[in-house]
Amino acid sequence: MKIAIASGKGGTGKTTIAVNLALTVTSAGQPVTLLDCDVEEPNCHLFLKPEITGSRPVTILQPKVLEERCNGCGVCADVCEYHALTVMGKQVLVFGELCHGCGACFLLCPEKAIVEEGHPIGLVEEGSSHGIRFVQGRLNVGEVMSPAVIRQVRDRFETTGVCIIDSPPGTSCPVVESIRGVDFVLLVTEPTPFGLNDLALAVDMVRALARPFAVVLNRCDAGDEGVRLYCKREGIEILLSIPDDRRIAERYARGEIIIEQLPEYREAFNRSYRRIAALVSEGRGGANRGKEGCAA
Amino acid sequence: MKEVVVISGKGGTGKTSLVAAFAALAERKILVDCDVDAADLHLVLNPRIDRREDFSGGKKASILEELCTGCGKCREVCRFAAVSSVAGPDGESRFAVDPISCEGCGLCARLCPAEAIRFEPVISGQWFVSTTSYGPMVHARLGIAQANSGKLVSLLRHEARDIAEKEGFNLLIADGSPGIGCPVIASITRADLVLAVTEPTCSGLHDIQRVMDLTSHFRIPLMLCVNKWDIHPEMADRIERETAQRGARMAGRIRYDPAVTRAQIMKTTVVEYTGGAIAGDIRALWRNVVYALG
Repeated sequence: MKIAIASGKGGTGKTTIAVNLALTVTSAGQPVTLLDCDVEEPNCHLFLKPEITGSRPVTILQPKVLEERCNGCGVCADVCEYHALTVMGKQVLVFGELCHGCGACFLLCPEKAIVEEGHPIGLVEEGSSHGIRFVQGRLNVGEVMSPAVIRQVRDRFETTGVCIIDSPPGTSCPVVESIRGVDFVLLVTEPTPFGLNDLALAVDMVRALARPFAVVLNRCDAGDEGVRLYCKREGIEILLSIPDDRRIAERYARGEIIIEQLPEYREAFNRSYRRIAALVSEGRGGANRGKEGCAA
Repeated sequence: MKEVVVISGKGGTGKTSLVAAFAALAERKILVDCDVDAADLHLVLNPRIDRREDFSGGKKASILEELCTGCGKCREVCRFAAVSSVAGPDGESRFAVDPISCEGCGLCARLCPAEAIRFEPVISGQWFVSTTSYGPMVHARLGIAQANSGKLVSLLRHEARDIAEKEGFNLLIADGSPGIGCPVIASITRADLVLAVTEPTCSGLHDIQRVMDLTSHFRIPLMLCVNKWDIHPEMADRIERETAQRGARMAGRIRYDPAVTRAQIMKTTVVEYTGGAIAGDIRALWRNVVYALG
């Protein structure tokens, strides 16, 4: 079972939910893998403090022009949709930061004057902590291809047991890469106008991807009624509400884990996990799956 | 004209509330919301849209089923796993492109022996030029699950600079997105100043270090603001110390105040909502930013 933790707005508590949910699953005696797919700013490790046992680079293939073969015909620049190659006289300039690694220049060069070389864009690190198998992606600073790093994390390390995926904020390509094909999405938000606006965008996204989902309302008593009214109107379940508890904020600030430090929250996470498992096994989150489900 | 971009690394540190407050404090400026996949600035500034344009982030491939011979070349060459096999009308195997996975490289269309693949621009969002009571604003809405947010961000900044030059504004204030990837890079390149807003937490410290790596990589001057500093004063000190050692200038600290959320609910800026101490923090911070811009 793959559960992704996502949100439109940043800073709503995705990492807190992901870490505490992973600990909840492992406490229930089940093997769990936590995949930190927020590769631009991975934070789960700050709380789990895992021992990293393996690390390997993520590379994408980028073109290298063999000058002795190139006749400056310009086909490579013409076929590159990302403007990553340009021909100046007889010389081809490659702008690696624009390259998506599609291979068009390499495959279509009539002179076979292009070879491909792996260009490092990030790292995937593996380790363990608290009985949780831990994997995180890390995008190199200055690189833009976050989805490629996320793809590597998911392709290499997803297992058949429970996988919890901490996704990046937003609704664009890195998020889509993180939640594609998962069994359940938890959308974390807060009860404010920004939280509501970005939740509605995230709901459109998970519906477009036809994933079952529910909402976690964090700092649930620190705003207005907008999110609750929206969820009621749309038939979306609020699976967990967490109060605006200063003790949680302080523990978070120090990199501590809520259910370890404040055991009174343990039952709420247990209940949430049981509920997700039940919804997934019934093939539900059902009222929320896809557009047609919403009307039901 | 000077351009200041507010980013944070970590999400939810208060970028948009701060930019909205700057909108109320700054004179002769244009505002840009570069957080195109979760834009929120309009919720406070209440823009009236004067101009609305479609945005195409690129092209996408689609297979014409009646021409597809099922040879599978497209699937073989696609590096983004966007092509999958589907059953054709005769029960034979055909292929289809998942538009969400399609990276828009066009390789499949170029190599299809049956010329059965269309490769055409798609509309992936809309962008707007608007009037607010604080001045003009350029903003956008990226379509759901669309890529190329970086290209849209670059377009917004370009349009805003044009408008500012035509109308004689001397300041552009941009609200950025979280992270350090594609849209963030597009929002800070060639800016005069990046203001990074962080919070006094382990995550805030970790993420601001990545932001500093990014701004030094692109050689953009950085100022730092620790928001909600009194939640964890020791961590606020530590963040300021560690970033100062690496050459960041301090723009100031902002205390925690529930008035920030209340202002948002009232759809107004913090400095208009309250005359309290937090408004003083933000005014002092803005003066430092203006001074640094020169």
